[in-house]
Amino acid sequence: MAQQLKWHLAKVLEIRQETPKVKSLILEVPNWTTHLAGQHVDVRLTAEDGYQTQRSYSIASPPEDTYLMLTVERIEDGEVSPYLTDDLRVGDRIELRGPIGGYFVWNAQDARNNHSPLFLVAGGSGIVPLMAMIRHRANSGNKVPTKLLYSSPYHEEIIYREELDDISANDFSLRVIHTLTRRQPQHWNGYGRRIDLAMLAETAWEPAENPRAFTCGPTTLVEAVASSLQKLGYKPESIKTERFGPTGGGTV
Amino acid sequence: MADTFISRGFKGRAGTTDRALKGRIPPGQYETKDFPVLSAGPTPRTSIEQWNFSIYGEIAEEVKWTWNEFLNLPRESVTVDIHCVTKWSKLDTVWTGVSVDILLKDINLEAQPAIGYLIAYCDGGYTTNLPLADVRGGKAWIAYEHDGKPLAPEHGGPARLLVPHLYFWKSAKWVRGFKLVAENKAGFWESLGYHNYGDPWKEQRYAGD
Amino acid sequence: MRDTDLRLDGNAAGGLLNEIFPFEMTTAEATCAGCGTMKLFGETMFYRHGMGAILRCADCDTALIRITHVRGYYQLDLSGMTYVRIAADIITGHRSGTDHSQ
Repeated sequence: MAQQLKWHLAKVLEIRQETPKVKSLILEVPNWTTHLAGQHVDVRLTAEDGYQTQRSYSIASPPEDTYLMLTVERIEDGEVSPYLTDDLRVGDRIELRGPIGGYFVWNAQDARNNHSPLFLVAGGSGIVPLMAMIRHRANSGNKVPTKLLYSSPYHEEIIYREELDDISANDFSLRVIHTLTRRQPQHWNGYGRRIDLAMLAETAWEPAENPRAFTCGPTTLVEAVASSLQKLGYKPESIKTERFGPTGGGTV
Repeated sequence: MADTFISRGFKGRAGTTDRALKGRIPPGQYETKDFPVLSAGPTPRTSIEQWNFSIYGEIAEEVKWTWNEFLNLPRESVTVDIHCVTKWSKLDTVWTGVSVDILLKDINLEAQPAIGYLIAYCDGGYTTNLPLADVRGGKAWIAYEHDGKPLAPEHGGPARLLVPHLYFWKSAKWVRGFKLVAENKAGFWESLGYHNYGDPWKEQRYAGD
Repeated sequence: MRDTDLRLDGNAAGGLLNEIFPFEMTTAEATCAGCGTMKLFGETMFYRHGMGAILRCADCDTALIRITHVRGYYQLDLSGMTYVRIAADIITGHRSGTDHSQ
């Protein structure tokens, strides 16, 4: 039966600081059914004078979790993200609707996904929907070979860093490759520049392996990755993109 | 319908408008110090070499200017308030360009009394419609500088229409010409429910207002 | 600000599209009236202008759909699309992972 999405009133159960500029909101959403990893919600804020504004945020939690997690990057001049990261308190409610998006999703139960190695490329807060996929994959015991190439400006701004270390340490079929674009810590032997064609050539699965690629982050990064992967021989249909706009995090 | 949920403590960009400015801010608007960019499509990138501006339509002869010819026309700088239908108003914005009166000067409009309207055509496909009277008498310009600097592409550069007494969607970005016509024809937003005229002081935001 | 930054994927239009078409529109396809290619709505370029929304063909920038929501009405200009193709099971709700049984 066709479903029109309704606005839910979600309650903030917990607020977690992920990095200096990023917080995760753990939400209880009454009447929430389920979602697929990669989908997003629209969040709506209403001021006392009736003014309303909306932004989209990727769902960070996997479908198996009881509560919904959204991870929000605080954008300096943003209208919505500073409210969600600075003003929101445990016990407050926010309006959201979803899940939205049938296109940028990865489902461990989908048999077609069992034979395609997964290549995930994230820029900054673009990691959020890909993390939902990684968490869902871990929950389901799926062992399809997976690589995450993740670009962050600084080491301390790598979102979910410890959890990614843990998951990959315990699962040899998942490999996490970081690149730090602004500054690298001492003794860093990882990549230290923006994602480019050469880096993708070194990290991406071979086209012959029939990989599926998902890339998410700022629009310019996503478009560069998509076009580079095609230059490396990836079929356009095998690349799914989610552009976050200029600064990432779903704000425009 | 259920009561609207209010997000505790959320103020939005509107905030409060300085009381002293109330007379300059049309109803339902708030003042911004930013200059928001609203985009309906990719930013056109027309080079100066390709650019020209023409006036044509139900007139005897088309007139056209290249960029260099345009820059040689008398220019003026104006300071005006602008009002966007999405509720922000920006006061004392400074523009430099050519008055539309100068552009219409050599067209014999008296010989074509039926012409009452113009449709502005722009790179990227945007259009908007206006009564001819609303771009005459010192009310409109083709502006190529904002704040003393060449107009940036995301704000409509190389040149945009500037008609500050109407909602700013009428100040068409990337304008390339006017078609002068007898019959009004709804443009890009007007054809989707926005007001055909758009007087911010009468809050003519939508058709039927 | 770079102009390419102001556009999002059609996927981000999912919420708005769902207001009008009460099923998962981002996996439906439309043929562009400009270049004749078939595009998933999720792969179109979504411009969220303050006055309305525009979905454009990623190849030729033709406006496939223009939408405004004014005075209680949605107004759509669909002249940029010729054919629309929607998997029937999207409409009937047999989407894996989603249980909308009521």
